Amino acid sequence: MELLANLGDGFAIALSWQNIGLALLGCFLGTIMGALPGLGPSNGVAILIPLAFTLGLGATPSLILLTSVYYGAMYGGRISSILLNIPGDEPAMMTCLDGHPMAKKGMAGEALSLSGIASFVGAFLATWGLILLAPQLVKIALLFGPAEYFALFALAFMTLGGVSSTNQAKSAFAAALGLGLATIGVDTQTGVPRFTFGEVHLYDGLDFLVAIVGLFALSEVFIFLETRHGGSDAAGRKLTIGKLYPPVSMIRRTTPTMLRTSFLGFIAGVLPGAGASLGSFISYSMEKKLVDKEGTFGTGDPRGVAAPEAGNNAAAGGALVPMLALGVPGSGTTAVLLAVLLALNITPGPLLFSQNPDVVWGLIAALFIANFMLLAMNIPMVGLFTRVLMIPSRILMPIVAMVSFVGIYGISGSTFDLLVMIGFGVMGWVLRKLDVPLVPIILGTLLGNSMENNLRRAVTIDNGNWWTLIDSPLSIALWAIAIIGFVLPLIVGARVKAKMHQRRDEEGAISD
Amino acid sequence: MKFTVTRGLFAAAALSLSAFAARAQENPECIAPANPGGGWDFTCRQVGKSLQDLGLIDKTMQVVNLAGGGGGVAFAEVVNKRADDNSLIVAASSATATRLAQGAYPGNSMDQVRWLAAIGADYGVIAVSADSGIETLPQLLDTIKADPTSVSVAGGSAVGGWDHLKVLIAASAYGIEDVRSVKYIAFDGGGEAVTQLLAGSVQAFTGDISEAKGFVDSGDIKVIAVLSPERLPGEFADFPTAKEQGVDAIGANWRGFYAPGGMSDEAYDAWVSKIGNLYASDAWKEVMAANGLAPLDLQGAAFQEFVSGSVAQIQTISKDIGIIK
Repeated sequence: MELLANLGDGFAIALSWQNIGLALLGCFLGTIMGALPGLGPSNGVAILIPLAFTLGLGATPSLILLTSVYYGAMYGGRISSILLNIPGDEPAMMTCLDGHPMAKKGMAGEALSLSGIASFVGAFLATWGLILLAPQLVKIALLFGPAEYFALFALAFMTLGGVSSTNQAKSAFAAALGLGLATIGVDTQTGVPRFTFGEVHLYDGLDFLVAIVGLFALSEVFIFLETRHGGSDAAGRKLTIGKLYPPVSMIRRTTPTMLRTSFLGFIAGVLPGAGASLGSFISYSMEKKLVDKEGTFGTGDPRGVAAPEAGNNAAAGGALVPMLALGVPGSGTTAVLLAVLLALNITPGPLLFSQNPDVVWGLIAALFIANFMLLAMNIPMVGLFTRVLMIPSRILMPIVAMVSFVGIYGISGSTFDLLVMIGFGVMGWVLRKLDVPLVPIILGTLLGNSMENNLRRAVTIDNGNWWTLIDSPLSIALWAIAIIGFVLPLIVGARVKAKMHQRRDEEGAISD
Repeated sequence: MKFTVTRGLFAAAALSLSAFAARAQENPECIAPANPGGGWDFTCRQVGKSLQDLGLIDKTMQVVNLAGGGGGVAFAEVVNKRADDNSLIVAASSATATRLAQGAYPGNSMDQVRWLAAIGADYGVIAVSADSGIETLPQLLDTIKADPTSVSVAGGSAVGGWDHLKVLIAASAYGIEDVRSVKYIAFDGGGEAVTQLLAGSVQAFTGDISEAKGFVDSGDIKVIAVLSPERLPGEFADFPTAKEQGVDAIGANWRGFYAPGGMSDEAYDAWVSKIGNLYASDAWKEVMAANGLAPLDLQGAAFQEFVSGSVAQIQTISKDIGIIK
């Protein structure tokens, strides 16, 4: 009951005209920022901090504006993933895998609105999770020591086979490439520079935003340049949008997926250092392991669109838990929000809920409001976004190139990053020719450092004893899931595939 | 019609970005040499906001995040490209001095820029979890002395970084000969290090007071020593200093600013007096109190001298522990 009373107070705070206006503004700007490749939620929030300060907003209104941007960007990221096969931000990477194939099949409208619904479900459930479980969830974060984190990352990589459907060896190669790229920069454990060649720009390692924009956006431009003369690609670009609303049967079929992945994503978000990218990644590969009996994931399966979107939006909500309750950010964006809280003289931490209840509950109420606004905004506006597809490639591609360059330069202000981006663009182009999946490369660079650091922390803490990695029930459980996830598809997969071929032959025979 | 709107959106977003970059030239600008969210970013934004609130600057301070190389990218940028920019200041802290001392900014040294002023200091703390059997700093150091492998100390900086050096300063002051035997685990920031202390993965925490404050208030961890010359004022007065426990160790993470080396004397003096006025204001005292910043009243030449002393001290410790030769 106390909970409802608190929530009621929160809504009383959040439902002022000013706060509703700020939430609306935040949702709109956030969606656009999320959709633009290169600009992700953390930059979006950072860019709007001066606005919040110059408007002289108090703590609650500032937080409402900035978290609306955060949620909005998580929604927006999927749009360019689906339409252009270029992730708008890191967590939206997994949405490319099935979202773009769906768009190619002429179901762009359905893919966008379905992913909008999945985003809503994920974020909605996560906000409830935040309310009901925040104090208890902190304990989950405390179960994870370095050894458990390492097991979690190992789990993520061992189920990687689920990500790229074509060739296991190629995706393993891509992941190894990513992990290798992650070692560039100053080693955070010892402070020794690795593979930096005395270049100070490389000391902090490669910025994965630069890598993503290069690998996905620029390589797309290169591919276009290459095929410009042939008429084949121009024909392929003519996509039909299809219906703007997904059929009820599709929603019904994807509901269990959304519920499961919301839960998984939420947990990934709660763990500091795991974040939304891991949330959408684990959601997708687990869901593929679980329900992909026909091998349709990666070819435009609606469940493959719903899974990462529900997962990453739930992770966004989950990441607020350690930020508010421990003062430890669960993702890059929450690190920025944490800084804002500190600048507003609010110390997040175990006592925040009792010391600043107005801030916490006002924020939570605002999250609910922002979520409904985003759903309302995203479903009818899908029509608007799909028009992007109608822009002919010869106009669209220069815009993609321009947005990539301006976006990256705007964030870092460094020409060195532009060169790195071009390098990644060329690499992406070559790898696409070789049919090597790009997603595992990004995952490798994104998660490689945390994985390595946690391994080294765990082993150092236990004085060089490697058995520490399987010393707790939790890490044993994680390893077990990882090994099953890795081995099972090799054994069962072969059998299922054989059966599938058989069935396809039969079906083929009938339909012919 | 509709798709002109979409194209307009792309164009508008691109334009607003480039406008962002161009406007920075004429206005007061603060470079935070890290991504949004860290201490340098906080220094820029908080000082920018307070300067404007107090009417010391008329325009909003433009905060530019120029991350890379632990501040090295920003340092090189200021030295090489912005050397005579009069409207630019850059956030700095003990970490900047540490890296300059250890030669971690290749080809750069502290006299290539002009050091403006400090805005406060965050004294180091050493803490253990609330249910730990250890109550005092000598007790912890004795445990380490007896068996260095039994205690893992967590901190938010890399090996050789400031959090690590603080615990080594205390250990060497207590007479631990081989400071390299102290087991230090580097985490990504003080928050993560405290979390691991709560989780029981590590036995002790070294960091800044501001990082530990929330957890002390909630009773999850206990501070066994503050590395300040005397007890801190206000709500921090309960924490014993290392000195009163017989360990003569002081470790302050100061926060402040430097300016380009070619800044005119007029502009330098103007910035020094602005930051000095800010420091003297009541509003800033409140900010300091809320964030656990302790007094460190140094401007202009005095600050320049302080930084060079601090660089020399860090060089000595780093040589002792073999981080530099």
